[in-house]
Formats: sequence, C-alpha cells, structure tokens
Amino acid sequence: MWAFIHKLGSPKWFYAISARLQPWFWAAAALLIVVGSVWGLAFAPADYQQGNSFRIIYVHVPAAFLAQSIFVSMAVAGFIFMVWKIKIADMAAAMMAPLGAAMTFVALFSGAVWGVPTWGTWWMWDARLTSMLILLFLYFGVIALRGAFASRDSASRAASVLAMVGVINIPIIKYSVDWWYTLHQPATFSVTSRPAMPLEMWAPLLIMVLGFYSFFIAVTLMRTRSEILRRESSKRWVRELIGEVS
Amino acid sequence: MAFDSLSAFLAMGGHGVYVWASWGITGLLLLGVVVHARAERRALLRSLRRRVRREQRHAASDAVATPVSHQEGHARES
Repeated sequence: MWAFIHKLGSPKWFYAISARLQPWFWAAAALLIVVGSVWGLAFAPADYQQGNSFRIIYVHVPAAFLAQSIFVSMAVAGFIFMVWKIKIADMAAAMMAPLGAAMTFVALFSGAVWGVPTWGTWWMWDARLTSMLILLFLYFGVIALRGAFASRDSASRAASVLAMVGVINIPIIKYSVDWWYTLHQPATFSVTSRPAMPLEMWAPLLIMVLGFYSFFIAVTLMRTRSEILRRESSKRWVRELIGEVS
Repeated sequence: MAFDSLSAFLAMGGHGVYVWASWGITGLLLLGVVVHARAERRALLRSLRRRVRREQRHAASDAVATPVSHQEGHARES
C-alpha cells in the first residue's frame, strides 16, 4: 500500500499512468454527456408543474455537484500536500480550481435563469444561493492566492490552507436547504436514496452527473500532466522526454 | 420524443430562452476548458522543446571536437 502511494506520488510514474487512463475518461465524458443531453433535452417528459424549464436541471445539478466535489478534492489534496509533502497533490489541486470556479458559475447562472419562470425572481439572498456565491469567491480566493506569492511553496501552502478552511462551506451548502427556510427546493437527486422522480427524468440526470465527473477527471489528468512538465522541467526524465519528441 | 416538431423543441413550451441560455453557457464553458487545456499543453511543449534544443546547441558548440548529432524531426506531442 505505501509503496503504491509512493509510486503514485512520483511525478514520472504519474505522468506515465495518467497517459494510459486519460483517453478512457475523455471517451466516457463525451459519450455520457452526448447521450444525457439528447435524452434530457428531447426525450425526457416535461415536468407537470414546471413544463420544459425543468430541463435546466440536467446542467444545473451536475454542475453544482462538481462545484462542491472539486472543492472537497482540493481540500483533500491540500491536506495530503501539507502532511506528506506529495507534490502531485498540490499540482492537481492547482489545476482543478478553474474548472471548479466555472462549474460554480454554471450552477449559479443556470439557477438564476431557472428561477425566473419558476420563482419569479432570478436572485434571493437565501441560504443555498448565498453559500454557493461564497463558494465562487472561495474559488477566486484560492486561484488568486496561487498567483500572489513569489515562492511557489508559499503559494501552495496558502492555497492548501484556504481550501482546507473553506471546505467548511460545503456542508453548509448541502444542509442549507434543511437548516433554513429557503426558496431552493430540497435535494431532488441523491446517489444513495431512491429518486423522487420517474425513471425517464432521473436516468438522464444520472448519466449527465457521471459525464461531468468523467470530464473533471479527464481535464484534471491532462492539466496535471502539463503542470508536471512545467514544474519538473529541469529533471532528466523530462528533458529526455522533450528531447525525444523534438 | 417529448416534442412534435423542431420548432416546438426550440420553443421549449415558451421556456426556450431559459433552457437554451443555461445549456448554452454550460456548453461554452466546458468547451472553453478543453480548448484552454489543449492550448496550455501545446504552448508548454513548444517552449520546453525550444529550451532543450537551445541547450543542445550550446553543448554542441562547447564541444567543438566532438559535434553532437542534432536531430531535427517533426515535433509531435507525446
């Protein structure tokens, strides 16, 4: 087990193994997102209350899931980096932040747009919406911190600490709909419990969620590979690799 | 199929603006992330390659007696 973790922490080994994994995640992401989109947009039945505006759920929920999962991943990676000094964890954390911010924006934007026909307003300062907005600012904070230090190690530490502290916001987002009275409906979709929607509505949502997760893994693998080359550019194996292809 | 015609599909029962705005932004951002990741990788490989080549040239001019063979191939992404 420890040998495996040590290997995984080695940039050279990670670079090789991720090259083999990457195409599968890209293929899964493309397939799942295309199938989920066609199914969700054209084949799922309209909601009896919301009509066709409910089709926003197929981008809103996967984006919101990713927004939160990516932040948790960043916090876990930050912890691994701080405790065991595994550089790969820090590289991955740095590379996933922009996608997390983008997904938070998508969740907020699609939620606001969805709110107009459903709630009659695009924004309310309620607990769910506000805590998601805070998540967006936390992402901006993490990204800005990384650019604010001359030394990479200080930047990595600062970003890791902010991710580890900011992750407290995630349970607040999750339980905000139960703790406070909010406009936002409680969770309609969960991996662990029986869905509250008919299968024809629920299946495309599950497919989209899986597709978004595959996309996140594919992008993170690809960008972390780039970051390895950037940070390890003076290492011999990187020079040999670059020398081979030039 | 939940719709009878293409125009009904686009109209989304009067909610077309909301549905397509949400899906449009999502699609654009996902696409943007992919385009950025690819451009980032290509630019990085280009600059690293240039650096390695420059160093090889320096090494070659230092060692006048034993010229280092310099392969100029077509650059391919690994």
